[in-house]
Amino acid sequence: MAGEAEAHGEGAGLAFHPLDQFKVTPLFGDGPIEWYTITNVTLWMALAVLAIILVFAVGSKGRAVVPTRIQSVGEMAYGFVYKMVEDVAGHDGAKFFPLIMTLFVFILFANMLGLLPGSFTPTSHIAVTAVLGFGFFIFVTVLGFAKNGVHFLGLFWMSDAPLILRPIIAVIEVISYFVRPVSHSIRLAGNIMAGHAVMKVFAAFAPLVLISTIGVVVTPVSILAITAIYALEVLVAFIQAYVFTILACVYLKDALHPGH
Amino acid sequence: MTTTNTTTEAVADAAHGAAEAGSGGMPQLDFSTFPNQIFWLVVSLLVIYFVLSRVALPRIAGTLAERKGTITNDLAAAEELKQKAVAAEKAYNDALVQARAEAGKIVAQARADIQADLNVATAKADAEIAAKAAESEKKIAEIRAGAMEAVSAVARDTAAELVSVLGGKADPAAVEAAVTAALKG
Repeated sequence: MAGEAEAHGEGAGLAFHPLDQFKVTPLFGDGPIEWYTITNVTLWMALAVLAIILVFAVGSKGRAVVPTRIQSVGEMAYGFVYKMVEDVAGHDGAKFFPLIMTLFVFILFANMLGLLPGSFTPTSHIAVTAVLGFGFFIFVTVLGFAKNGVHFLGLFWMSDAPLILRPIIAVIEVISYFVRPVSHSIRLAGNIMAGHAVMKVFAAFAPLVLISTIGVVVTPVSILAITAIYALEVLVAFIQAYVFTILACVYLKDALHPGH
Repeated sequence: MTTTNTTTEAVADAAHGAAEAGSGGMPQLDFSTFPNQIFWLVVSLLVIYFVLSRVALPRIAGTLAERKGTITNDLAAAEELKQKAVAAEKAYNDALVQARAEAGKIVAQARADIQADLNVATAKADAEIAAKAAESEKKIAEIRAGAMEAVSAVARDTAAELVSVLGGKADPAAVEAAVTAALKG
């Protein structure tokens, strides 16, 4: 432990472990993490699933014409995502609305629950976001070929560009197409991880008042900074879910209508 | 010997610490946890997908459609009621105008009736008055005639009386002639 504290470069007593919150640990016991082990990942994903069931399945149970509060929340989310899918991916994209909705609510609820102090955020892990990003990428690519056959390659062939430029543009388009899932997943994990780590770094400065007189200044500043960043992170939690979802809609649109 | 031993130990310790820090530096890059995360992610996504697509989303869609229908129906009913209200107001105004015209007609009729009655009564009264006036004139003429007769009779009697008082013998025929002459004169 001493070695670790020295490795982190703080002997004065401040403990900087901004990345500890991302550690995957078994919930019961201390054994190795197998694929089936019940870990904090399991716990917080399960909480997200429970919250989603509570809001969308239990909340909508009343089918009230004048909605209750929780029913209203579910209906607003429904309308928000449905409109997004229809506006971006077109009318035939509405068939995939449950899939898009699944992505949106999972990311949103995981992000929001992750903002609870002491929680674990599954979406801060590249393993999770990469499965989401690449999974959706493979899905839309297969869908694109299944729906349009060879015409799906028209996505890369700019028929309104000058003929000489078309092969060059095609190469660029192909590269950008394959970069999509990478940026799609790293954007989400990076944003969430960075925000949580920054909060933790500021949090580590907060107990300075107990150790040194300079803490009289540093502690209030760090607490204010945590508050401000927390507010920002609430915004980021929603915006990243929104961005991930709308990009998914755009990719879906490309798979359904590769012509333009 | 001991010093070198402790130094190597310290170095090993530091190296160990660094290694530990390295392995624990980015939990995101600890590939040993990947199967676990991916497995639970897939389970979670499947549960969410089935709950949403089988239960929640159709139910919410139904509720939204039902609400839309209710609102549309209510709006249509409100529109209908409004039309009815407008029609009722129009009917009321029409009835009012009609009633007013009717009342005017009745007033005119009554006025005409009264005027006619009045004319009849006036004519009757005029006739009565005329009759009465004629009768009065006749009576006045009679009275006047009676008076003239009475005057000539009184004058004759008085003349005869005077003559007899003066010691003459009144000749009725002469008195008559004299009185008539005097009255004429």
